[in-house]
Amino acid sequence: MLSKTKRTEKANPGTERVKKARSGTGRRERERIRSKTGRKERVKDFLRSLCFLCPSFLGVCLFFIVPFAVVVKYALTDSSAADAVFVGIDNFKKLMTNAAFKLAAKNTLTFSAAAVPLSVILAIVLALMLESRIPMKSAFRSFFLSPMMVPVASIVLIWQVLFNFNGSFNVLIEATGGKAIDWLNSDYAQLVVILLFLWKNLGYNMILFMSGLHNIPKELLEYADVEGASEWYKFWAIKLRYLSPTVLFVTILSLINSFKIFREVYLLAGNYPYQGLYTLQHFMNNMFNSLDYQKLSAAAIIMAVVMIVLIAFLFMIENWFGKDVEG
Amino acid sequence: MKKRRSRRKNRYFSRGVMFLLCAVFAVLFLAPTVLTITNSFMTESEINSNYGMVFSTTTGGYVSEHVNLKFIPDKVTVSQYITGLVRSPEYLMKFWNSVILTVPIVFLQVAVASVAAYSFTRWRGKIRSGIFFFYVILMLMPYQVTLVPNYLVAERLGVLNTRWSIILPGMFAPFSVFLLTKYMRRIPYALIEAAKIDGCGEWQTFTRICLPQCRAALCSIAILVFIDYWNMVEQPLVLLNDAEMQPLSVYLSTINSGEIGLAFAMATVYMFPSLLIFLAGESYLMEGITHSGSIKG
Repeated sequence: MLSKTKRTEKANPGTERVKKARSGTGRRERERIRSKTGRKERVKDFLRSLCFLCPSFLGVCLFFIVPFAVVVKYALTDSSAADAVFVGIDNFKKLMTNAAFKLAAKNTLTFSAAAVPLSVILAIVLALMLESRIPMKSAFRSFFLSPMMVPVASIVLIWQVLFNFNGSFNVLIEATGGKAIDWLNSDYAQLVVILLFLWKNLGYNMILFMSGLHNIPKELLEYADVEGASEWYKFWAIKLRYLSPTVLFVTILSLINSFKIFREVYLLAGNYPYQGLYTLQHFMNNMFNSLDYQKLSAAAIIMAVVMIVLIAFLFMIENWFGKDVEG
Repeated sequence: MKKRRSRRKNRYFSRGVMFLLCAVFAVLFLAPTVLTITNSFMTESEINSNYGMVFSTTTGGYVSEHVNLKFIPDKVTVSQYITGLVRSPEYLMKFWNSVILTVPIVFLQVAVASVAAYSFTRWRGKIRSGIFFFYVILMLMPYQVTLVPNYLVAERLGVLNTRWSIILPGMFAPFSVFLLTKYMRRIPYALIEAAKIDGCGEWQTFTRICLPQCRAALCSIAILVFIDYWNMVEQPLVLLNDAEMQPLSVYLSTINSGEIGLAFAMATVYMFPSLLIFLAGESYLMEGITHSGSIKG
């Protein structure tokens, strides 16, 4: 009888109870194996699972874990030679006083701080816009998603035409009586790259939010309608609450993508851009060129730590914000 | 009655505004792509007179002072394509470089990931969920963190400056493992159990039960991986010193001012495969993105 109720629970996925029931099946399965067969069979089963995991896990070990241990070693010693001396956090200290690193970190952080919230908010706006009943909805969806498929290298030419000192935007500005701006060689450069970033990433984020909106229980919204809730209140009190896991994910995703902005900058402005565009990857590239393993390793570790801390922080916020919603 | 009518009017009005807003956004999103494509059909002289001053440092006499952004070329020509694809083979070489870097990564990564995803789906335990969690963390790391380890390994293995330095780490990228595992966990466990009772071995269960079930997932993951690597710039810059082996994405940025028209044409050629995939597999792509949507669970 008990197993029967469990099976019915399994039939409607998506609730918290199912997760428990599912892991329960796993546990039951394991118990069954344990009781029916002996130790030998269990070992065999374990080995089989290992066989399947092996190719991927060995690769990950070889290309990420083991070398990362070497990276840690480099970061803590004074040279990559065999007779390296342990120097503790000296390399980190040196890195922290390095002007190029400081500039790169500052630029990357300001860029992320501006681009990530913008891309989250605008993506929500786009998703809400496409949620309303308008004609040609799926066409618009494809249009918004299309930049994601276009390689950055292909459209930087147009970007240069738009934002050059003699470019279209300045023509427009001068026509309306403004003063021409040297977009790529001034503090506006970050703005140009933010625009490119948004252009590229909004579609993907929008799709994520659309599926998030789709998962909100319709009854809840209808109930709110009956009670006479305004659109604004519905958005704030219901939709956003249900979207909070999506917001978390999109924020993390945008954060990762904002670290990849080097690609756009490199293709737009080359290896030596205006200093406002000097990103962490530029710094890394220079270090690769001079084969400065110590600085490279220290920088990689700092970034990994910063990333982990940021993500943990975001998870905590999400837990607090969406705690009363069963997602 | 009157009130209801006005409310309906209101609704139509707000829908109209929404539509207009969407249309404006759509134009903004499409413009760069469309401009690149249409401009690739311009003659070299037209391109030069329109955009010459953007790309050349010295302004010649024949170019106007400001750019003249045009959607439709005065005279449609495919001469740029002929030059790029037939007369000067280096562009085709670079295009081939992109292909030979991306295609193996897509296939190998999906193959390796599907096996690993099966393992994560079929067996669960503390160790394996720990490993899975580690994959998630690794997936979230930016390039700057993973490139250094990759470089060190490539150097140790002696594959630095060869294609393998990019393909090998690409094979084991954790992203598709993560996504496929999430798909596979949706397959009812009873199905796997039934296969086992019917006498399927693990490998058979995997190839005959699991893989056919997630054919759509494999497609969408392949598309996502393809976009990611077709678009790559960082890895080749660091791992491939040899300019001969650089993919077209890197090479496109090194065009000189005399060949702007050619660059536009090659940019169009470069976006062609991914646009084609987009048109063919948009529903898969959409599904893939949707399922990547939550890290939890």
